[in-house]
Amino acid sequence: MSIKLTIPTALRKITGGADVVEAEPGTVREIIASLDQSYPGFRTRICEDEDKPRRFINIYVDGEDIRFLDNLSTRVRDGAELAVVLAIAGG
Amino acid sequence: MTFINGLKCRECGREYTKRAIAGCQECFAPLEADYDYDAISRVLSREVISARPKNLWRYRELLPLEREPAVGIASGGTPLIRAERLGRVLGIRDLYIKNDSVNSPTLSFKDRVTAIAINKALEFGLSAVGCASTGNLANSVAAGAASAGLPAYILIPDNLEPNKIIATSIYGARVITVRGNYDDVNRLCADLAEGYPWGFVNVNLRPFYGEGSKTFGYEIAEQLGWRAPTAIVVPMAGGSLITKIHKGLKELERLGLLEEAVRTRLFGAQAEGCNPITSAVRRGSTEIKPVKPATIAKSLAIGNPADGYHAARLIAQTQGWADDASDEEIVAGIRLLAETEGIFAETAGGVTIAVTKKLIEQGRINADDLTVIAITGNGLKTPEAAGLSEPICIEPNIAQFDRVVSGLAATV
Repeated sequence: MSIKLTIPTALRKITGGADVVEAEPGTVREIIASLDQSYPGFRTRICEDEDKPRRFINIYVDGEDIRFLDNLSTRVRDGAELAVVLAIAGG
Repeated sequence: MTFINGLKCRECGREYTKRAIAGCQECFAPLEADYDYDAISRVLSREVISARPKNLWRYRELLPLEREPAVGIASGGTPLIRAERLGRVLGIRDLYIKNDSVNSPTLSFKDRVTAIAINKALEFGLSAVGCASTGNLANSVAAGAASAGLPAYILIPDNLEPNKIIATSIYGARVITVRGNYDDVNRLCADLAEGYPWGFVNVNLRPFYGEGSKTFGYEIAEQLGWRAPTAIVVPMAGGSLITKIHKGLKELERLGLLEEAVRTRLFGAQAEGCNPITSAVRRGSTEIKPVKPATIAKSLAIGNPADGYHAARLIAQTQGWADDASDEEIVAGIRLLAETEGIFAETAGGVTIAVTKKLIEQGRINADDLTVIAITGNGLKTPEAAGLSEPICIEPNIAQFDRVVSGLAATV
């Protein structure tokens, strides 16, 4: 277990209250799928049916939005930090 | 008296009680204040509105407060100016400027949304307010918080213009610059809003805050004699203002207060160096691809606009369009507005003027379209952007003055 994923409050019901969970390195897609095994329903909270993140969710790898990287195919290395953040605000 | 039932998700329709909350807990979309329009229509009429003072509380039944406002009393009620000289240059017969560069108290349209947010923070008993900002919101929240006696935590990117920082710090707010761009600051505030018991006006008070922007649209309609404009050009940062102006016009229509149905075409304006929404519109898409901003229009430098999808969708639905302006065009826009109408706008104003010019040249706005240009902030906030050179300096004698004047006359 060597990457950390931070979870926003709205999603902690699925992770049993955990605000940080761990996973093995892989693509973002693989990490979400593996967390769905531990926390059933996790994948559908984050992703739309067509295998992309929901419109109002942003995913960051080491602070960079995955849309600037390789979207769900972004490779996440050992020791990296993933964050799921609700897409709010502007001003 | 309040006419708001609760909050409702714009996408999935799920309902929430009135409280400080960032977004839908189900699909994470923005939440909207949900009004009892039937009840409002029984108490609100043109006569009732016209008799009230000229500020944004004129439309109070359509705003989400439970009590009378304690702060922001003088906000709103800004001029709608018939722009004949600018209209002649651009080729539009009936051109108007809605001039929030003189809004009270901090010279931008943000005083409208802040007025709502700070009053809600007081109603909810929150111990402080905060925000992420590219400048105008910082000024506004700092001033509003001071007048409410609330501490304010203002987070801004570390590259903002000096005047914006001074005009925020002066009110005693705790100003924190963050290494990064606005999107980095915004993300930090989203995390902070989860942990701190404060009202982050554009995060967990956003459903209420956003409603203040509707008053920009209400005032335009009332000032035009209870009619909506044919076209309106609005600068877009997060994309909220343009969607709320439209919501405001449609609410007036729904309440039977307008002469005719709303057929306003919405036009969005961004900087070329930060154009995620205009790019989507030009692609015929509502899918926003975030960008890394690089523009002098820092007030619009939001690479990942939260309301971008809704703005793009609404622009398409109203047969509008969107375009963007280069840094040179932005400066030219600031100067054109100042020299033709005597209004000094900040960079967002230059963007909007420059894009209006393009839209007319493209034939998307016609010469006989009654058009309103939204000017959202004062030029004194971004004076360096005007790119002016030093004035001539003379000795105090008539001969030198005469030489200068005939030289100046030769260049007019």
